[in-house]
Amino acid sequence: MKKTYVSMQLNGEPVEFLAEPSQTLLECLRDTLHLTGTKEGCGDGNCGSCCVMLDGTLVTSCLVLGVEAEGRTVTTIEGIAAGQKLHPLQKAFIDHAALQCGICTPGFIVAAKALLDQEPDPSEERIRLWLANNLCRCTGYDKIVRAVQAAAKEIREEKQA
Amino acid sequence: MSTSSYNVIGTRPPRHDGADKVTGRAIYAADFQMNGLLHGAMVRSTHAHAILKRVDTTKAAAFPGVVAVVTADDFPQTPDRIVDLGEGETPVSHLRGNVLAKGKVLYQGHAIAAVAATSLQAAEQAAKLIEVEYEPLPCVLTAVEAMAAGAPLLHGGDTNVTAHVHHAMGDSEAAFAGAAIVIEREFTTATVHQGYIEPHAATVLWNNDGRVNVWCSTQGSFVVRDVVSCLLDLPVSAVRVTPTEIGGGFGGKIPVYLEPVAALLSKKSGRPVRLVMSRRDVFEGSGPTPGSMMRVKMGADADGKLIAAQAFLAYEAGAYAGGMVGAGAMCVFAAYDIANQTIDGYDVLVNKPSTAAYRAPGAPNAAFATESVVDEIARKLKMDPLELRLRNASREGTRRADGPKFRRVGCVEVIEAMQAHPHYSAPLGEPSHAEAKRGRGVAIGYWFNIGLPSSCVISVNADGTANLIEGSTDIGGTRTSIAMQAAEVMGIPVDRIHPAVVDTDTIGYTGVTGGSRTTYATGWAAHDAAQDVIRQMKLRAAKLWQAEAVEFADGVFQAGERQMTFAELAGKMSETGGPVVGQASVNPRGAGGSFAGVIADVEVDTGTGKTTILRFTAVQDAGRAIHPSYVEGQMQGGSVQGIGWALNEEYWMNPEGRMMNASLLDYRMPTILDVPMIDTQIVEVPNPAHPFGVRGVGEANIVSPPAGIANAIRDAIGVRLYHLPMNPPAVAAAMGGQK
Ligand code: FES
Ligand code: FES
Repeated sequence: MKKTYVSMQLNGEPVEFLAEPSQTLLECLRDTLHLTGTKEGCGDGNCGSCCVMLDGTLVTSCLVLGVEAEGRTVTTIEGIAAGQKLHPLQKAFIDHAALQCGICTPGFIVAAKALLDQEPDPSEERIRLWLANNLCRCTGYDKIVRAVQAAAKEIREEKQA
Repeated sequence: MSTSSYNVIGTRPPRHDGADKVTGRAIYAADFQMNGLLHGAMVRSTHAHAILKRVDTTKAAAFPGVVAVVTADDFPQTPDRIVDLGEGETPVSHLRGNVLAKGKVLYQGHAIAAVAATSLQAAEQAAKLIEVEYEPLPCVLTAVEAMAAGAPLLHGGDTNVTAHVHHAMGDSEAAFAGAAIVIEREFTTATVHQGYIEPHAATVLWNNDGRVNVWCSTQGSFVVRDVVSCLLDLPVSAVRVTPTEIGGGFGGKIPVYLEPVAALLSKKSGRPVRLVMSRRDVFEGSGPTPGSMMRVKMGADADGKLIAAQAFLAYEAGAYAGGMVGAGAMCVFAAYDIANQTIDGYDVLVNKPSTAAYRAPGAPNAAFATESVVDEIARKLKMDPLELRLRNASREGTRRADGPKFRRVGCVEVIEAMQAHPHYSAPLGEPSHAEAKRGRGVAIGYWFNIGLPSSCVISVNADGTANLIEGSTDIGGTRTSIAMQAAEVMGIPVDRIHPAVVDTDTIGYTGVTGGSRTTYATGWAAHDAAQDVIRQMKLRAAKLWQAEAVEFADGVFQAGERQMTFAELAGKMSETGGPVVGQASVNPRGAGGSFAGVIADVEVDTGTGKTTILRFTAVQDAGRAIHPSYVEGQMQGGSVQGIGWALNEEYWMNPEGRMMNASLLDYRMPTILDVPMIDTQIVEVPNPAHPFGVRGVGEANIVSPPAGIANAIRDAIGVRLYHLPMNPPAVAAAMGGQK
């Protein structure tokens, strides 16, 4: 089958690529654009390791077709840090030992950022509800919740300063 | 020595691979890219048990883009023999038969053939064109059914039982006669999966020089090397395995599935080939850990002293011999000093994937049975359940039924820490609604931990830093916990050490990251390699100062009035004889076993049968916590896996042996919304057999949660459950007669 031409904004830069009609955005990111920070844990929307932002909305990229990204804006884990400076969530995940194997980490960070961008001071319950589509098999989630809380606090303090 | 006398050990530095892993830069197996890469797809059995009458690959081979197709016939048909390649003693024919079926398929999902093509889409379409003709056979899915007379036999012979382990001491029958109380109960547990989030993936290049290069996600790069070379009939030195980052394993990434097949495809195509499992493949073609049937009988005197115990354990082996019942039989009564014991364990073939280790493999099943019975004894005797456990706790010198006597262990200390924990005396609180009931349960558990070989090399840099190379894949921060032990010896901060996990050509043999052994054994190798560095640097200082004896403490070399820091002396390496490289290899026999326990509060909705975990405290003897955050993380992770095992997880098979819930939607692992914060308390009873007292902490924490939760449910609703998982329908059914 013929491939389709797709152009989109990816982590602030324009990119162009060819997508097979059945290729998911996740496959296009990983296999075609070689951005492998976004992970595939299930391929059917049930683990959250493929989370990206699509036009400012959190999506599981395994459930989006590559061709659907035409003309849209995509942010992946590779677009979260500001140059050399880690995002507070990234730093908090390291400092609070919120990752063990780390395979779920990109998805959690992208998803948690989507929450904190809208809600600077979420409760523990709200954090758990928001992240309920992201599976982690290693940590038992305790340190992930604490890392998100710590990052939220830091972002709030940064804003005030 | 208390923790505070250390400079590095017991602190919580950021991990060395942190930046890579939070930015998406870390390369996991499926991320690995290579020029000319071909994509593979596999054909897997749609039957749980069948004769393979015909496998016709003609149409697939002709499909556009397809470069190679392989079946089991492509393996060199070397004569069968028994090998131990890190997974226990196994016939080569089983290893070979599990990666590509020959003659017969033994479980649904059993790999049959594989295709390599220029695109994944082409490979997947071509795989569908492979024609497989089956002659279905009746299948058998549980250990009990498989042991029954007339059961379908997986490997011929006259039984599906591949091993019977028997341990006995004293005279349990006679002792029961004198017991004030005897309880005998039967338990079953469902088959569960390790559930790592990263599916198995491997890339192999069979190079033109005849060397086979493997990049894969594995807990043991040397196991992969040895299995690949064995199945392809090559010398071990012909295979080089580079472990990528690994997205969880828990025991399930010790077995080798994809690498030998990708190697065959690469040999045929002359190009690198990548194989990646789908989530369905992971459920149907890897893991799981055994479902089981257990009968446990225990007797106590009127004071609560356990005097006799018997266990009958039947564990699923899956499609090939070598399941987890051996460890289950060694652990079933390990927490207690009981003079009279009889333990029988059976490893039983069933038409499910060949079972793999899962975090303290075999022990959680057994502990579910034992700890439920102990709980019942405490209730009958009206004794505090921790007091009863303390009265019977194993300690130094206690003999286990399988022979060995415990060295210094922390069973007593763990139970005392549970008793003293504020959680244990905190009120349960009022149920959240009229239909809800609350309860508290406790349980304890034991896991051995293992030794095995490890190697480590440390090269000093002129700027006072050091590069450390080792062969243990880092699944949870072990680069750092290993480097911390070297840093402690060398008297430098751990951020001055750059640890790297390297390929099998570059480091000496190193056993799997499993058995809670990495921080223990590879950490020990790092300790010894660091001592080797210091020994050499003392000689350099002596040379420089023309001194007889040089002392070293807290990062400073000293002889008389003269002193120099590690960094200063490192700067003088070239003038004192050139590079300093320290190295060590260790092969500890056995490790310090770890005890752990949980206190669990639950609320059961008596309307729906749903159990909610309200509060959960995990206590574990770490020996010495090198990096306390990572120890806590292991305890929390093991606890939540145990919660999943207790409440939801199971292979749900139809009578034909098809797994009906092979997705992460239907195989219900705990989400962040299903669990509360997991409180942890680390107990430190140093292991006398390790330079820093490390015991290893990866596994013992999963042993007691299912039992602790079962005991809490019993406390809440007054009914005991004897089967895992204790999901809402099961709890509702158990309450049926009650409500
Ligand atoms: S890979 Fe997309 S949700 Fe799991
Ligand atoms: S850190 Fe391993 S899955 Fe989350």
